[in-house]
Amino acid sequence: MKLYCLSGHPTLPCNVLKFKSTTIMLDCGLDTTSVLNFLPLPLVHSRIVLYLFIYCELKECAGRVFVDSQPEFCLPERELLDLSTIDVILISNYHCMMALPYITEHTGFTGTVYATEPTLQIGRLLMEELVNFMERVPKAQSATCWKNKEIQRMLPGPLKDAVEVWTWKRCYSMQEVNSALSKVQLVGYSQKVELFGAVQISPLSSGYSLGSSNWIIQSHHEKVSYVSGSSLLTTHPQPMDQSSLKNSDVLILTGLTQMPTANPDGMLGEFCSNLAMTIRAGGNVLVPCYSSGVIYDLLECLYQFIESANLGTTPFYFISPVANSSLEFSQIFAEWLCHNKQTKVYLPEPPFPHAELIQTNKLKHYPSIHGDFSSEFRQPCVVFTGHPSLRFGDVVHFMELWGKSSLNTIIFTEPDFSYLDALAPYQPLAMKCVYCPIDTRLNFHQVSKLLKEVQPLHVVCPEQYTQPPLSQSHRSDLMLELQPPPMPYRRCSVLNLPFRRRYERVYILPELANSLVPSEIKPGTSVATVSAVLHSKDNKHTLQVLPKPPPAPPTKKRKRVIEEPPVVLAPKPLLSGAVPLEAFLATLQKHGISEVKVEETADGHILHLQAEDTLIQLEEDGTHIVCDNNEPLRTTLRDLVLRFLQKL
Amino acid sequence: MPEIKVTPLGAGQDVGRSCILVSIGGKNIMLDCGMHMGYNDDRRFPDFSYITQNGRLTEFLDCVIISHFHLDHCGALPYMSEMVGYDGPIYMTHPTKAICPILLEDFRKITVDKKGETNFFTSQMIKDCMKKVIPLNLHQTVQVDDELEIKAYYAGHVLGAAMVHIKVGSESVVYTGDYNMTPDRHLGAAWIDKCRPDILISESTYATTIRDSKRCRERDFLKKVHESIERGGKVLIPVFALGRAQELCILLETFWERMNLKAPIYFSTGLTEKANHYYKLFITWTNQKIRKTFVQRNMFEFKHIKAFDRSYADNPGPMVVFATPGMLHAGQSLQIFKKWAGNEKNMVIMPGYCVQGTIGHKILNGQRKLEMEGRATLDVKLQVEYMSFSAHADAKGIMQLIRMAEPRNMLLVHGEAVKMEFLKGKIEQEFSINCYMPANGETTTVTTNPSVPVDISLNLLKREMALGGTVCYGDGFLVSSEQALKELGLNEHQLRFTCRVQLQDPHSDPDTLHRIYTHLKSVLKGYTIQHLPDGTVMVESIVIKVSSSAEDPNTKVLLLSWSYQVTFLRC
Repeated sequence: MKLYCLSGHPTLPCNVLKFKSTTIMLDCGLDTTSVLNFLPLPLVHSRIVLYLFIYCELKECAGRVFVDSQPEFCLPERELLDLSTIDVILISNYHCMMALPYITEHTGFTGTVYATEPTLQIGRLLMEELVNFMERVPKAQSATCWKNKEIQRMLPGPLKDAVEVWTWKRCYSMQEVNSALSKVQLVGYSQKVELFGAVQISPLSSGYSLGSSNWIIQSHHEKVSYVSGSSLLTTHPQPMDQSSLKNSDVLILTGLTQMPTANPDGMLGEFCSNLAMTIRAGGNVLVPCYSSGVIYDLLECLYQFIESANLGTTPFYFISPVANSSLEFSQIFAEWLCHNKQTKVYLPEPPFPHAELIQTNKLKHYPSIHGDFSSEFRQPCVVFTGHPSLRFGDVVHFMELWGKSSLNTIIFTEPDFSYLDALAPYQPLAMKCVYCPIDTRLNFHQVSKLLKEVQPLHVVCPEQYTQPPLSQSHRSDLMLELQPPPMPYRRCSVLNLPFRRRYERVYILPELANSLVPSEIKPGTSVATVSAVLHSKDNKHTLQVLPKPPPAPPTKKRKRVIEEPPVVLAPKPLLSGAVPLEAFLATLQKHGISEVKVEETADGHILHLQAEDTLIQLEEDGTHIVCDNNEPLRTTLRDLVLRFLQKL
Repeated sequence: MPEIKVTPLGAGQDVGRSCILVSIGGKNIMLDCGMHMGYNDDRRFPDFSYITQNGRLTEFLDCVIISHFHLDHCGALPYMSEMVGYDGPIYMTHPTKAICPILLEDFRKITVDKKGETNFFTSQMIKDCMKKVIPLNLHQTVQVDDELEIKAYYAGHVLGAAMVHIKVGSESVVYTGDYNMTPDRHLGAAWIDKCRPDILISESTYATTIRDSKRCRERDFLKKVHESIERGGKVLIPVFALGRAQELCILLETFWERMNLKAPIYFSTGLTEKANHYYKLFITWTNQKIRKTFVQRNMFEFKHIKAFDRSYADNPGPMVVFATPGMLHAGQSLQIFKKWAGNEKNMVIMPGYCVQGTIGHKILNGQRKLEMEGRATLDVKLQVEYMSFSAHADAKGIMQLIRMAEPRNMLLVHGEAVKMEFLKGKIEQEFSINCYMPANGETTTVTTNPSVPVDISLNLLKREMALGGTVCYGDGFLVSSEQALKELGLNEHQLRFTCRVQLQDPHSDPDTLHRIYTHLKSVLKGYTIQHLPDGTVMVESIVIKVSSSAEDPNTKVLLLSWSYQVTFLRC
């Protein structure tokens, strides 16, 4: 069993597991942090853009060099193994599927993608949004010169230190998204899906987002758990299923919190108080965020907070090409929600209170800043919009609009991007910046408790988890300490998982099972000899009764017609035990063989049957019958000997 | 031999009070727990004394599964759990769990508040009963206990309707509940994978019907409604609040829109709005088209259909009224029916099946004079139309499901005996499987023939084809004989045979042996024959040696030696 690691990003994983002749890709994460090296789209503030090199693809802006082209993403490694051999892709949550079109399209991929319905629907929305953001401001230019090693070496950081730049690719098209998503097969939690009869996969609730799942990959004797983006906090999704992870041989652990020192609840409080403070002072609040996920919790939190903070008249805007869909979809996945929200649906009431915010006109959503929004827009207000990298999407416009006033505040809630890097091209900035990243994924404390409970034999994890973060190297509590130590991986690692398969499941057909005669060899242990034909089809093995042999021909060595397929005869059992001399002699006597001369040897006895001119050599571990051409006698003697032996 | 037993306590050769007991692999499961619309006495509920005469329900049953929210499938649930007494798990899908208590409460109100019956379950009992419910998701494998697992499949029929696959070890049963094999305006078609259950328990409401295309039926329906409206008549459509009602509303809504009609359409009872809200929240359970477009346009927000008030019934002019319940056995639909029955311009359209004993059933059978409570009679002058819009599978659909699931045995419930008999014949003929149709209280026993799972050592499995292995029963491991001996700490006993054959050959010993080798090679094709350097020839595991006789060098003695395990010799 092998694990190929195609992504080095611990929360946006992409691994391939080879297990029992199946090739399974675990997640398809797209590392979007690469876009921080690009200039924001669209470019409106030419004031701060200067040419730096003769290559016009690089520009300096606020003292930092950026690539001026369509932003590019860092793809999973595509050279480590032939992607067309992948049988299935398992998706754990909608953030971890953004590279899907790069993998399923133009690589010869012919397999199936498995995901839950919310993962598929919301994943589609996020992809649609990304494509929409890119296509709104098309840039013909695709910058490649700077990727030349010689040139990149001479660039100032962080461009100089960017890795794998040749794998960076532009965004896919909507057509590619549709084609990729058409390969998705929907699954429900705890559904058992057979892969080629060899392996069974099953998604488990992971508690992180709507429809997010961990996966169990198992055969009858081996179990691999894949844990990705899980949460034990009570937010909107169904709670995490922990007990099903027990008894794993290998547990692959990815997607821990990116903010191990930030408490999500504390961050939420800070978010609310900063928001209220800014509004009261007459400023606007900008919240760069994804259109699904934590935003549901933010809105719910605000729903309770608005009245008490006297913000009843402040307009809240949610601007995204998929804002409406995201809000609508969140209300229809009752099965995937936590218990409290499910109960609301039974009433029937929408599970999320943002329905009420919309109804009472407190929250308004628009596909973009153009159209209705421009005429209905009132300030001061709160705007939720993407993309959290501040490189594209409507957020760029609000940075331009509000960046110069110190009354306004930008509050970062998404943990995926460093807020300083995100803000770099907008410097100098008068607007207030508040960083309260909300990451509900497992922290190191929670995960070590979890592992203690589920007790996997081996843990595999990204190497980042095996040492404290660079910036806090003294915090030994911010890493995984396990016995045996976890097996770390990095991008392009190929791990041999410590696994030895010893058994396989076969089914004995009832007809054959009925014919078995178990005999007790020692107390509590019975055995039966099975003579059968093994049938293997679709990786399922059955044992069937042997076909009846044809009547034996008269000669000793049969001359068989060559064309005839070799007939399978029941193999004879192995023998065990010893033949006791006295009892054997008595038995011979009973069968009319009385003239026996017994001779003692080093290992036993030789019996000379004088009338028959036959020798029988009796030893502790063997019997040898030497007898000339006398078939009936030999058969008799054989049967007499067999009476004393156990057959296996 | 292991057996599976199926006993209907209700719905055996009958429609109504569905309740089927299944015993499989030592587990007892109750499938549905419904009431009978046609009765007001004890026969209204399944006969639980079948179980309780031997002890409490909780001890006997491992779980109860409810297929969908129709009262003939869940109406007896609070009675069973709270009054007879059952504390074990009850499984149903999320929409069923949401809607079922509302219908139960409705049913309770009609029975207790309107008819004044006592000794009936209370609102609190419904609530307590629902606390025992564990929601099921589609395709989720739910482990009821270590051995019993259940899995729900989409059944169409009504929002949240499910078929269940029940499995213990390698034995399994599928119960369909009510299902629909053709997608309609708001629901998808039932689907199940090739799970090859030992028994498929199917409803058979429309066992003998092969329905014409749905489009024709819809056109017919719209034509009738339209004609009636044109001549100023009132149209009553008795429905159940959830299910066909939404289907017909969508149909009329689009028709009114297209034809630009002005006559009002009403929907009785306060449930409407609420009911439609359920459809909006459980949109994932509707069909592909509605799910795809729900963000832009929610099909369950109606423009032309308004809430009904009792006083409207006397308004002049044409109107269409959807009223509950669907079989005209009580409630608002019956009240309106009484008001309108005397006018031949009016029309009642029965869009679904009516249980025996209900007024719906009577007028469909052509009865024109009805005896009402208090000896009054009612003359039925209005037109009575029947259009099968109930989303049940017809004969073709049932056959289609059998092809999908490939059961080893078939068992019919939820249908009329005569019709079942016909379908049974057809199934047995077409699929060559046994088909059963037990009456209530009658037990059908099917013996199953499960294969025995064992674990085989991988080494052994890799040796191909014929294998001599040993099962150690204790752990159920299949290993090679050699390994079994080793693991059991036994020594192997070799049994060998040797035979001398004399023949005349003038050649030297090695030459003789080589001649034998060449000869055997030409005769015994397909066997491994080796000439070994130590002066022996091996045919498979038979050893042949040659030596000259001491007296006569031309007489050669052939020593043939083989072990007991050689298979192609007769000894």
